[in-house]
Amino acid sequence: MTTTAQKPPQAPTRRPRKDKASVLFDVPGPRAKRRNWLLTLLFSLVFLAVIGLLVWKLAQKHQLDGRLWKPYTDAEVWQNYVWHGLWNTLKATIVAAILALAFGVVFGLARLSDHRWVRVPAGAVVEFFRAIPVLIMMFFALAGPPIIADAFNRVISPVSGFEAVVAGLTLYNGSVLAEIIRAGINSVPKGQWEAGYSIGLRKGGVMLRILVPQAVTAMMPAIVSQLVVLLKDSALGYIIAYEDLLNSGFYQVKGKFGNLIPAAIVVTVVYVAMNMMLGYFANWLERRSRRNRRSSAKIVNAPPAAGMESGVPAA
Amino acid sequence: MNLHNLLDFAPVFDNMGKILSGFWATVRLSAAAGLFAMIIGTAVAGMRVSPVPVLRAAGTLYVNVFRNTPLTLILLFCGLGLRDTLGLWTHADASLSGYWLAVLGLSVYTGAFICESLRAGINTVPLGQAEAARSIGLTFPQSLRLVVLPQAFRTVIAPLGSVLIAMIKNTSVALVAGSLEAAAVMKQMFDDVGGTIPIFIGFAAGYMILTLPTGYFFGWLAKRMAVTR
Repeated sequence: MTTTAQKPPQAPTRRPRKDKASVLFDVPGPRAKRRNWLLTLLFSLVFLAVIGLLVWKLAQKHQLDGRLWKPYTDAEVWQNYVWHGLWNTLKATIVAAILALAFGVVFGLARLSDHRWVRVPAGAVVEFFRAIPVLIMMFFALAGPPIIADAFNRVISPVSGFEAVVAGLTLYNGSVLAEIIRAGINSVPKGQWEAGYSIGLRKGGVMLRILVPQAVTAMMPAIVSQLVVLLKDSALGYIIAYEDLLNSGFYQVKGKFGNLIPAAIVVTVVYVAMNMMLGYFANWLERRSRRNRRSSAKIVNAPPAAGMESGVPAA
Repeated sequence: MNLHNLLDFAPVFDNMGKILSGFWATVRLSAAAGLFAMIIGTAVAGMRVSPVPVLRAAGTLYVNVFRNTPLTLILLFCGLGLRDTLGLWTHADASLSGYWLAVLGLSVYTGAFICESLRAGINTVPLGQAEAARSIGLTFPQSLRLVVLPQAFRTVIAPLGSVLIAMIKNTSVALVAGSLEAAAVMKQMFDDVGGTIPIFIGFAAGYMILTLPTGYFFGWLAKRMAVTR
């Protein structure tokens, strides 16, 4: 027996690289190819010109000097600024995410209640917090409690930046999550809960055993996408002097070493990497729940903004 | 108990002029940033579906970077980087340069979201439409402009409305770039008078007057313009 295994006839090694065709355009012919090359060249020139201008301007102001990267060779800078800030950002994000989920479950289910006196106030709270900016919630969480305590003749310790950030993130994202959870439960077909009631389950049983398990798969992608929003909004902490990644890793580093561009690049890369990972995770979850045959619920999209009726066609 | 202090609406009415001018700044910021964000978003969406690979890659890079960067960072970079370091957009009137820097940051950020909504809309346009456009000899820009985008826009009115409402709320971050609008006025009043509930309610109501009708309008428009298929 010979060791030379029979190989299948080799495919031509270099297939002509086809430009991917889409519905919107044909596979380019010779003229289209020439035009595409021209556009590529034109765009690259414009792009490089803009970048070049920026680089030239920055170099003029000595913003591109190699020495500006020097602080990042020092482990202490990473430790005291970047990791310190990143840890604070993650801390606020994780605590706010957990609280927002709890808030969302409570208010999402309350909005589905059969009792008007539960449903209406819960709806008002959710719509209120979805309609106003997170930042003014943080301002109020920071400045409000001492005044309120004072009115009751109490003195409380000042609210920390961390608490204010978590409060703002929880109230806003909790309200959005409440909408997602409500949409998730509503996305389970009517036949499912009718069947539940007909076999003698009570309201709680139908909710816990039939609706929630199927809804969870349907709303997971939207929940994870909302976490991206939460993580990004944690950067608002900078404005209320919370030492998050933006404050500590960019503002303070820039203030101390004057290295605008390196500090901006480092912090942007960290934020983009974290958010893209969460985003890919959400997409993966979505593909997975689309394949899921055990849940009859339709996948939940991000809810429309406050004031819009739900049920408008979402893309 | 000192409930008088807790529920005293006097500071809100005494400072009505200041509050209204704050919200007027918010409206101006929203209008300008909304306009530029639509232009940027449409252009980048066109790039992302174009036949030229370099344009597609540039569009994808743009969206991935700006959608995943906190707005606060973008606006802070506009203020610290573009104005303070590079001296761009400096103007004798500091509030004017702050305004344009905030418009720049907001529209660059929001443009990425508009692009993604629009691209989702392009995907809902049936295959036959684009094929028909090609078969009657329309070029790519023509079929995009005359056939695909008009239908795509109509299907994504609701998501675009959500993006624009989020942008109205995001104008509160503009104070980072040095543009003083409603949120900055509220912060200042909190510092002067204290963080009382009436002031908070007043500003919350102001934002709701801006966001909720916008929401109703886009909800109505989406229903009215829905493409029947």
